[in-house]
Amino acid sequence: MTHTLFLHQLALRGAFSRLVARPLASLLSALVVAIALSLPALGLVLVDNVGRLARGVSGKPEISVFLKTGTSEAAARALGEQLRADARIASQRFVPRDEALRQLSARGGFADVAGTLEENPLPDAFVIEPHGDDPADFEAIRVSLAAKPQVDYVQLDSAWVERLHAAVGLGRWCMYVLAGLLGAALVIVSFNTIRLQILTQRHEIAVSLLLGATRSFVRRPFLYFGLLQGLLGGVVAWGIVALLLWQIAPRIEAFARSYSIVLDLAGPGPAGVAALLAFAALLGWLGAGLSVRRHLHDGPID
Amino acid sequence: MIRFDQVSKRYADGHDALSDVSLEIRHGELLVLAGHSGAGKSTLIKLLAGLERPTAGRVWVNDQDVGGLRPNQMPYLRRSLGLVMQEHRLLTDRTVFDNVMLPLLVTGYPPGDAERRVHAALEKVGLKGFGGAMPLTLSGGEQQRAAIARAIVNRPSILIADEPTAHLDPAYAREIAALFRAFHAAGVTILLATHDETLFSPYGARRIELAQGRLLA
Repeated sequence: MTHTLFLHQLALRGAFSRLVARPLASLLSALVVAIALSLPALGLVLVDNVGRLARGVSGKPEISVFLKTGTSEAAARALGEQLRADARIASQRFVPRDEALRQLSARGGFADVAGTLEENPLPDAFVIEPHGDDPADFEAIRVSLAAKPQVDYVQLDSAWVERLHAAVGLGRWCMYVLAGLLGAALVIVSFNTIRLQILTQRHEIAVSLLLGATRSFVRRPFLYFGLLQGLLGGVVAWGIVALLLWQIAPRIEAFARSYSIVLDLAGPGPAGVAALLAFAALLGWLGAGLSVRRHLHDGPID
Repeated sequence: MIRFDQVSKRYADGHDALSDVSLEIRHGELLVLAGHSGAGKSTLIKLLAGLERPTAGRVWVNDQDVGGLRPNQMPYLRRSLGLVMQEHRLLTDRTVFDNVMLPLLVTGYPPGDAERRVHAALEKVGLKGFGGAMPLTLSGGEQQRAAIARAIVNRPSILIADEPTAHLDPAYAREIAALFRAFHAAGVTILLATHDETLFSPYGARRIELAQGRLLA
């Protein structure tokens, strides 16, 4: 083992000893870190799940073409032929107005409404699936179909998905900002913890410097302590996120099902967990680094 | 080996602790630095260890200008010195063994060798079997001997002690004086600041005296 590795091992061991020497204080500090981190972490997990749902839906964009009321069967068939001949369209399906009403009645929450109708207000429609995945192409198809004489209204069904994408992006950005703000608070917590440790170990630090310890030797255990404390906080945060997700997932999934949305909430993957732990450890290390820089930098030996 | 060239030290409060001090300590010499409290003995030792910087003049240790050393070079100077301060400065929450081990730890000494050296140092100062004791359970003389063991465990070529027999009863003080005599006999250069110079006079020590920061002829 090299000399440097030995010194790092020594510092790590010292930091670990300090951490376990005061288990309650260490646990409370870790809880502070964990509670602050679990909020943005849980938010990001939920936003990612919604994002995954949006990505799945946006993979199959659909365009609904509603015909004018009173359009004859022949005119509808003619439009169907034109759609079939259009190279930009991958598939098309005719939905007669009676079938549309049946589908509406079958959907949760609309059965009672459909039953009260005296006559069917829904038009005949075509549901088409275009080739490609360029929103600009979809828009061009929408415009050209809207110009057909049989067509009353064309709806690009991917529009809501785009809005969902934007909402997910905004949600993710908000979580990053929240994580940044809470992260800054955690740096301050770590800074203060290390400041108190330096104060209580002032005598030991002074003696070590007197005996020929380098400043790096003195700083190192505090840096490792901050890192370990952050890491412990990250592990507890992961536990809190997993626990909350386990509790909240069935409720959110049931809520989504009431809107005919199949949502299978997934927890953070290995990369997400690693990022959480690394972020927590980095914050602890950063706070400790700032603290030792502030309180040990070329200070006098008592 | 150690040289003071017209060294003066004035503290921030304007107090002149040393004025134009020049002296030389040769390799293997035992020098007793006498003087009353406030004469400047502790300041002279602090300048040697790089704990203070001279206001004027230069302090040389092993051909190194102590005042000219950068902060990151200072630890390496201190490792070449064995320091016994007036207050023993043992860590009271660690065993005697761990206290004596500290200078070896800070230099990253291999653990096995370090343990052998600690045992040897404790034996040398008569504290064999006391390694597991906590400092506060020891007598004043034993605590001072533990501090001396810590100072010699690195096998320094220069041993500096500031009032090593202060607060000790005569019997313990004689034991400590005998220890320094033994180190001197082993070839270690020793600088002792003491107000009780009679303890060391039987050992053929050179004596110099400070008064109000000035070296008396």
